[in-house]
Amino acid sequence: MNHQLALHLADNALILGHRNSEWTGHGPVLEQDIAISNIALDLIGQARNFYQYAAQLINQSTQQPNIPSTEDSLAYLRESHEFKNCLLVEQPNGDWAKTILRQFFFSAYQFYYYQELQKSKDSTLAAIAEKSLKEVTYHLRWSSEWVIRLGDGTDESRSRMLKAIDELWMYTDELFENTSYEHKAASEGFGVDISLFKNDWDKKVKEVFEEATLPIPTKELNNVNWFGKEGKHSEHLGNILAEMQFLQRAYPGCEW
Amino acid sequence: MKENEKIWEILETVNDPEVPVLSIIDLGIVRGVDSFISPLGGNGANISITPTYSGCPAMDVISMTIRMVLMENGFKEIKINTVLSPAWTTDWMSEAGKEKLKAFGIAPPTPKQQVCHTPLFHDGEAIQCPRCNSYHTKLISQFGSTACKAMYQCLDCQEPFDYFKCH
Repeated sequence: MNHQLALHLADNALILGHRNSEWTGHGPVLEQDIAISNIALDLIGQARNFYQYAAQLINQSTQQPNIPSTEDSLAYLRESHEFKNCLLVEQPNGDWAKTILRQFFFSAYQFYYYQELQKSKDSTLAAIAEKSLKEVTYHLRWSSEWVIRLGDGTDESRSRMLKAIDELWMYTDELFENTSYEHKAASEGFGVDISLFKNDWDKKVKEVFEEATLPIPTKELNNVNWFGKEGKHSEHLGNILAEMQFLQRAYPGCEW
Repeated sequence: MKENEKIWEILETVNDPEVPVLSIIDLGIVRGVDSFISPLGGNGANISITPTYSGCPAMDVISMTIRMVLMENGFKEIKINTVLSPAWTTDWMSEAGKEKLKAFGIAPPTPKQQVCHTPLFHDGEAIQCPRCNSYHTKLISQFGSTACKAMYQCLDCQEPFDYFKCH
């Protein structure tokens, strides 16, 4: 098993978890502040599991590493171009509608992804997927309900939802775009063939959007010249890392 | 064998820091214990635990507490290993634990097999109010003060309460 797939899965979960955590203390109402913070916590927990495994794989493949990798070094000491998360998860929170829509697109993706990953030949990845899937099921339900509530809500909430679709839809294509490490892992039975559940994802989006009386975006996607999964990120990731990694970079090895 | 039984007994005294009426045995997160003779002299213990939720911050405190109580009881070497599969389920919570939760004011989880797929915007099964026992209750939020709980309100006695959600 190559560590790249584990890193990709960890980065996806960490960056979205970090984005969601920016809402903590700022949620629209207390219950939803708690909800988004809970989702952030689940995602960061999933990221930790994947990072710990990636670190183990990296250390095994390196002959006597001078400084062994750990979950912390992978999260806090890598540069932006070394992160393999998709562009969707690094998009700024915007308003509540944008955060909700980003969560919905991604939770639906994780939901089908983890269902497949549970069958991985790699028992660690399968176990993390099995564990995480239970959590993602709540996230998907919660975000679906909010997409419907806002889309089929007031003129104001609907217009915000439409704006969020405009801003985020273009990043959904990347979710189903294979990288070489995904392709390799899938062909060896460790990873997931992401094309397998593209239809399920489309169906889910259609079902929820119809209920929300929102238009299904056409397939024509904007040309995005970056590919986050291969380390080509928007400037947003750099800003996230500047904040997230500050302490470990300024005070290496700091603990509290 | 005797030594293993002793470890289980000791672990009964370790409580969940977030839900202090429950021991980690009640919660069902201890998946295995195994005593061994430590090369450092004296007894050692291998403990397998499983997290409730991936990001549960209580897990670190729980590991530390396990280590501490076992050392207090004379164990020289303690290894704690985290297992993820099979994934933890509230079905592993002891009946005694469920009783304790209710007495503490948290509605205990319903058994898993009774939960089917609930359509969006519909409450799942009726959850009993831990205070007045009414089933006339309402889901406020699927997410509560900790990852393992949801927020409910009783429509009879009006009391808001936590529900330890079926997982």
